[in-house]
Amino acid sequence: MYKIIKAEFIAPNVKSFILEAPLIAKKRQAGQFIILRVHDKGERIPITIADSNAEEGWINIIVQGLGKTSAHLNTLETGDHLQDLVGPLGLPTHIENWGTLVCMSGGVGTAEALPIAAAGKAAGNRVISIIGARNKDLIIAADRMAEVVDEVRISTDDGSAGRHGLVTDVLQDLMNEGIIPDMIVAIGPLPMMAAVSNQTRELAIPTMVSLNAIMVDGTGMCGACRATVGGKTVFVCVDGPEFDGHQVNFKELGSRQRMYKKQEEESHKCFLEKQMKKIKAEQLAVEV
Amino acid sequence: MNRERPISFNTVPMKERLTIQRQSMPEQDPNIRNCNFLEVNLGLTPAQAVLEAQRCIECKKPTCMDGCPVNIKIPDFIQLICNQDFLGAAQKIKEDNSLPAICGRVCPQESQCEEVCVMGRRFEPVAIGRLERFVADYAMNHGNGAIDLFQKPEPSGQKVAIVGSGPAGLAVASDLAKEGHDVTVFEALHEFGGVLVYGIPEFRLPKSILRKEVATLEAVGVTFVKNFIVGRTMTIQELMNEEDFDAVFLGLGAGLPRFMNIPGENLNGVYSANEFLTRSNLMRGYDFPEWDTPLYRAKHAIIVGGGNTAMDAVRTAKRLGAEEASIVYRRSEEEMPARNEEIHHAKEEGVKFMNLVNPIEFIGDDQGSVVAARCLRMELGEPDESGRRRPVPMQDSEFIMDVDMVVIAVGNGSNPLISQTTPEIETNKWGNIVADEDGRTSMDGVFAGGDIVSGGATVILAMGAGRKAAIAMNQYLKAKVGSFA
Repeated sequence: MYKIIKAEFIAPNVKSFILEAPLIAKKRQAGQFIILRVHDKGERIPITIADSNAEEGWINIIVQGLGKTSAHLNTLETGDHLQDLVGPLGLPTHIENWGTLVCMSGGVGTAEALPIAAAGKAAGNRVISIIGARNKDLIIAADRMAEVVDEVRISTDDGSAGRHGLVTDVLQDLMNEGIIPDMIVAIGPLPMMAAVSNQTRELAIPTMVSLNAIMVDGTGMCGACRATVGGKTVFVCVDGPEFDGHQVNFKELGSRQRMYKKQEEESHKCFLEKQMKKIKAEQLAVEV
Repeated sequence: MNRERPISFNTVPMKERLTIQRQSMPEQDPNIRNCNFLEVNLGLTPAQAVLEAQRCIECKKPTCMDGCPVNIKIPDFIQLICNQDFLGAAQKIKEDNSLPAICGRVCPQESQCEEVCVMGRRFEPVAIGRLERFVADYAMNHGNGAIDLFQKPEPSGQKVAIVGSGPAGLAVASDLAKEGHDVTVFEALHEFGGVLVYGIPEFRLPKSILRKEVATLEAVGVTFVKNFIVGRTMTIQELMNEEDFDAVFLGLGAGLPRFMNIPGENLNGVYSANEFLTRSNLMRGYDFPEWDTPLYRAKHAIIVGGGNTAMDAVRTAKRLGAEEASIVYRRSEEEMPARNEEIHHAKEEGVKFMNLVNPIEFIGDDQGSVVAARCLRMELGEPDESGRRRPVPMQDSEFIMDVDMVVIAVGNGSNPLISQTTPEIETNKWGNIVADEDGRTSMDGVFAGGDIVSGGATVILAMGAGRKAAIAMNQYLKAKVGSFA
C-alpha cells in the first residue's frame, strides 16, 4: 500500500496528492508519469508527475475527477493509501537551451507542464507560460508556475481572468508583440493540443505535445496506448509520452480516448450510486 | 544424468499394462464452460491416476525424461503414484520442477515427454502431464498445503535479483533459493506470475494455483517485490552497485505485441492479444463493472493467428458472450502452432475456424470503431524458411466480413525497456538479449533467459532456460565468494 501524505482540493473537482514514493521521487525526471490503482478491483491509470522531492521521498500528482477511477481517487484523504503505484514511466522530456520556450497548458495540464517549464528555465531558456482554463476557478498552479518562469499569461474562455479567449489567441498576441518562440510545449486536453499544433505548424515553430492515452501495463507490453505519429504506430508509454505535435494524428487519438465511453459512464454511474448509498447510510446512522 | 532405477511399485503384469486404457480427464461440459471462466479440465481422480500410472512399462532407458526440458524424473514419480504415495511423487517432481501444478496444465506434453513415450509407438502414451497435474494438486490440497520444497539451506550471504516473475524468473528463484542465496524477485505489474497471470486465462490456469506456487517460494525465503520496474524504478547498475546484488537474472518475457501493419489496426475494437488477455485475466475485465477495467463484449469477434495465445483469446471472446468467435489463420490447421488440446477444446466450445484466410484491412465506422475486415483467401505454396508451406493469396478471392472486435495474436517482439536503460547489455537485431547457452549476457554478473532471449516460446522452455541459467549463476556466485576468501 502506498501512503497519501497529503490530499487537498486546489480547484473545484481538482485534487492535489502528495504520495509517499521514495524510489520514484529519486528517479523521476520532467515529463514522466506513474500508473496507480485506487483499490484491489481497480483499473490502472497513468498520471503525469507534477513535482517531487527526493530528500523527503514524495511525488505530487494533480487529479481532475472525470471518470469513475479519478472520482474515486478524489474521495481519498490525507493518511489514506493507494492499492498500487509504479513508476517513473515514459521517456523524460528532452530539454535543451532553445532560446525562448513557451509552455502552453490547459486545465490540469498546467501541473504537468510545471516540471518541464522548470527544467527549461534551468537549461537557460527564457520561459513564458500560457495558461488556459474555462474560467478563473479552474486555473491551477499559476502561482507555482510564476515562481519558475519569466512570465505567465492567462486566458479564460469566459474572460473571468486574463485574456478573454484561448491559449492560441495569447500565442498570437506574443507573436504580434514580436516575441517569436523557438520551442513550444503544449500540454492539456486533446483539442487544445491539436489547435496549438495546427497553429504552430503554419508558423513553423517546433511543438512538443504530451499525449494522454488509455494504458494498461505502461511498459510496452499491451499496446493499448498506440497512436499514429508521422504515419507510424507508436506506443505512448514507451516511445513517449511526448511527441512532435505536427506529426500526431489527433483525430485517431481522440476516438481512441473515447473507446470505452459507454463503459466508463456505466462504471461511473455504479460508483455514484454506491457513494449515495454510503452517504445515506451514514446520515441514517447519525440520525439514529 | 545419474539416476538410480526406482523401486517398482507396479504390481500389474507387463502384458496387462498394455490393455489399460489411457485415462481421460473429466472436463466441464463444453456448452456450460463456454459461458464461464472456471477451469475446463477437472483433473484425474486418485483411482484414475493410479490406473494411468500402472500403464508405465518402466523402460530401461526412459526417453520421456529426455523429452522434458527440465528432465523431471518421470518414471520415479510414476512409480510413487503406483504406490499411492502422492506426496512422495510431488516431492520427486519438485526436485526438478518447482512449478508442477502449472506445467501439468500448460506444457505441450504431446510434443515433449509424451511424444517420446515408448507406449505411444503402439498404443497411446502414458498421460504424464495429467499425472503431474494430479500429484501437484494433491500436494497443494493435502498435508501442510504447499509441501516442503526443500530444507532451508545455510545462507550463502549472496544476494540475487530476479527481474520478472514469469516462468523463467520463478524457476531461477526456486533453484537459487535452494542453494542458500538471498533471492528477490522484482515484478513490474501488481501481481506475480508474468504471462501466467496476465496471459493464460483463468479457465486454463486458475490464479489460485499460481498464488499457491508463489506462496511456496515465499515460504522458503524468496522475497517478492511488485510494482517495481527494473530499468525505471532502479537500473541494473544501481541494483548491483547500491543495493549490493551479486548477480541479476533477466526474465522479462517477450513483452511487445506485434501488429500486422495493415490499414485500420488502430481502430477502436482492435486489440493486441496481450491487451485483450491482460484486460480479461489480470484486470478481470470479464467481471466489469464490479471490477473497474472495461473490455469489449463483441457479437462477432475474429482472432488473427493460430498459436496458443490465439486459442486463449478466441475462447475468452466466446466466454464474454460473442455469438460468433472465429480464428482467422493464413495457413491450414495442420500448420497451426497451437496445442492440439487447445484447438480441440476451442472447437468443442463452438469456435469457428477460418483457415487459409488473411485480413488485409480493417474498416471502421464514423466513430472510429471497427465494423468489418477485408480478407483474402489463401492457398499453400512452396515451403518457406520455417519448413511450412508458404501461404499465398488466391486470385480474386477478396471478401469483406462484418466484425465488431479483432484480436491480433501474431506473436511478440522484445520489450525495449532494458535496452533503453542498459545499453551495456548486448541485444540482437530483433531486440532480444544476447546470452550464451548458460544465460550469460555481455554484462558481468547479469544473466538472462526465457522469451527475452529466445523470442516468444512456451512456459516450460522459459523454465528450462531459467534452470540452466541458475546453474551458471550458482557457479558464478560460488566463484565470487572463492575470490574473496
